[in-house]
Amino acid sequence: MIGVVERVDEMIRVAGRPRALLDVPMHYCPGCTHGIIHRLVAEVIDELDIRTRTIGVASVGCSVFAYNYFDVDFQQAAHGRAPAVATGIKRVLPDRVVFTYQGDGDLASIGAAEILHAAARGERITVIFVNNALYGMTGGQMAPTTLVGMRTTTTPLGRDPRAHGYPLRMTELLAQLDGVAYAARAAVIDPAHIHKAKRAILAAFRAQLDDRGLGLVELLSTCPVNWGLDPIESLKWCETHMIPAYPLGVFKNALA
Amino acid sequence: MTRVLMKGNEAIAEAAIRAGCGAYFAYPITPQTELAEYMARHLPEAGGVFLQAESEVAAINMVYGAAGAGARTMTTTSSPGFSLMMEGLSYIVGARLPCVVVNVMRGGPGLGNIAPSQGDYFQATRSLGHGDSHGIVLAPSTVQEAIELVGLAFDLAERYRLPTVVAADGLLGQMMEPVTLPEPRTAPPAPAWATTGAERDRRVISSVYLVPEDLERRVLDLMETFRTIQRHEPRFETYRADDADVVVVAYGSMARIARSAVDRVRRDGIAAGLVRPITLWPFPAEPFDRPVGVWLVTEMSAGQMIEDVRLAVAGRVPVEFYGRVGGMVPSPVEIATAIRTAAARKEVAPA
Repeated sequence: MIGVVERVDEMIRVAGRPRALLDVPMHYCPGCTHGIIHRLVAEVIDELDIRTRTIGVASVGCSVFAYNYFDVDFQQAAHGRAPAVATGIKRVLPDRVVFTYQGDGDLASIGAAEILHAAARGERITVIFVNNALYGMTGGQMAPTTLVGMRTTTTPLGRDPRAHGYPLRMTELLAQLDGVAYAARAAVIDPAHIHKAKRAILAAFRAQLDDRGLGLVELLSTCPVNWGLDPIESLKWCETHMIPAYPLGVFKNALA
Repeated sequence: MTRVLMKGNEAIAEAAIRAGCGAYFAYPITPQTELAEYMARHLPEAGGVFLQAESEVAAINMVYGAAGAGARTMTTTSSPGFSLMMEGLSYIVGARLPCVVVNVMRGGPGLGNIAPSQGDYFQATRSLGHGDSHGIVLAPSTVQEAIELVGLAFDLAERYRLPTVVAADGLLGQMMEPVTLPEPRTAPPAPAWATTGAERDRRVISSVYLVPEDLERRVLDLMETFRTIQRHEPRFETYRADDADVVVVAYGSMARIARSAVDRVRRDGIAAGLVRPITLWPFPAEPFDRPVGVWLVTEMSAGQMIEDVRLAVAGRVPVEFYGRVGGMVPSPVEIATAIRTAAARKEVAPA
């Protein structure tokens, strides 16, 4: 273990810590990809030089404490309501940069109305949507994004479409709306995919900065603890099961 | 200052604009819709933000965001929408954000109807949403008073960093009265806790305190604020109550009807008076510390405020009740009859 810690320290020394990311331990479980996504968002904030005029909105779920990790002003929203809270901030402070950080239970289930209408209105906000196909914080229940056949604590025999319906592909759905300027799905499973994910996050912030409309990135993530897999297996499972169900790509790009 | 004839809903909207409300979010619902329509026409020209939300759930959360960003902000609704705002109001209390919520109450429960009611007394005064949550609740009884209380609502919300509810009813929202409007004033700059983004230490607005010791400390602070409000902010009005043996207790539109009834029975020699709470929370206990024969609580609801009156009276004398429900508005004759009945039952001597 000591060797691993030294390697991580060495990686941080080489890559550097983004200015927008605070130097504090994260509460996320081992192997969880929230940490990677936090870092990518922070790097983009640094590269766009918007840290001092950015306001984040944290949601409810595993990323409820996102405000502990970013060195920007933050508001913590009720479950699913982050796009409404972000709307309130952005409408009174139109020259600031506002982003939400939401999980799939938050955005696709309880907050489906709020994200849909923020998108329809073309709110100038950026939405970071982290999809791990279940409710992580509450211990692995079925989410609207749970794959068909996938076992969760509330679908112990696997998700049966006849009883539990089908997975909701929010990014494709939202990409149809005129108010959305950028909508993409990426995965954070290996360096090549992580590089693409960062480009998508950058574009989703650009959509806001260029006053084009709402920018959205869905990031396929992992949940080793609730998936019952080790971190490496989780990354593989994301590639072999999540990506076929949730195709990667840019579904809307009104930039340039 | 000129007097103008205004509908209650529109007067509340104009009062909010003149109080420096910079951001307004609402969802259409009868009988408050003219309020939102007035804001749509006039708030943008005053430099403020008007946005029609997709639901009352979204509206109150937009208020949360705007309040957290330092704006003087408001939403308005009617009873079913007020229910939907309970979630957001609890977060607003938890995060200590100031805002004003106007509830133009209508008949319930359920979809009920669009006629005047005071059926949301419990919902407004007992707890704004889940948890140990309170906000200040003001109850105007005339259009003029609604204008004044809207201005006060913003001041109290900002002083205590809590939501202030203006509990009106459909009668007040729909009636037209001559009013004098206050001079416009501007909102203060964003407070030192607002998340505005800047080159300084970051600010966080949150209601999450996962460690029980931390949350207890937070709620104890909140309770200290509640006690301060209970000491300094109770407001009420009395009418012909000094020598009264039968004292009617009523708020809002109901108080005006009760006032007419008091005059009516006074002509018959019954020593009646009126206590009108203006703050429903904190409930004013002071006017109940007087020797009377009987208290008669009248409400356009099934008997909600009567619980606070009973607590204030503490069993010293009988507390009777007369109410109408379902959007029915009692007439002065009805209330006068209820006063006579209460007086006869307690054998209150004619003055």
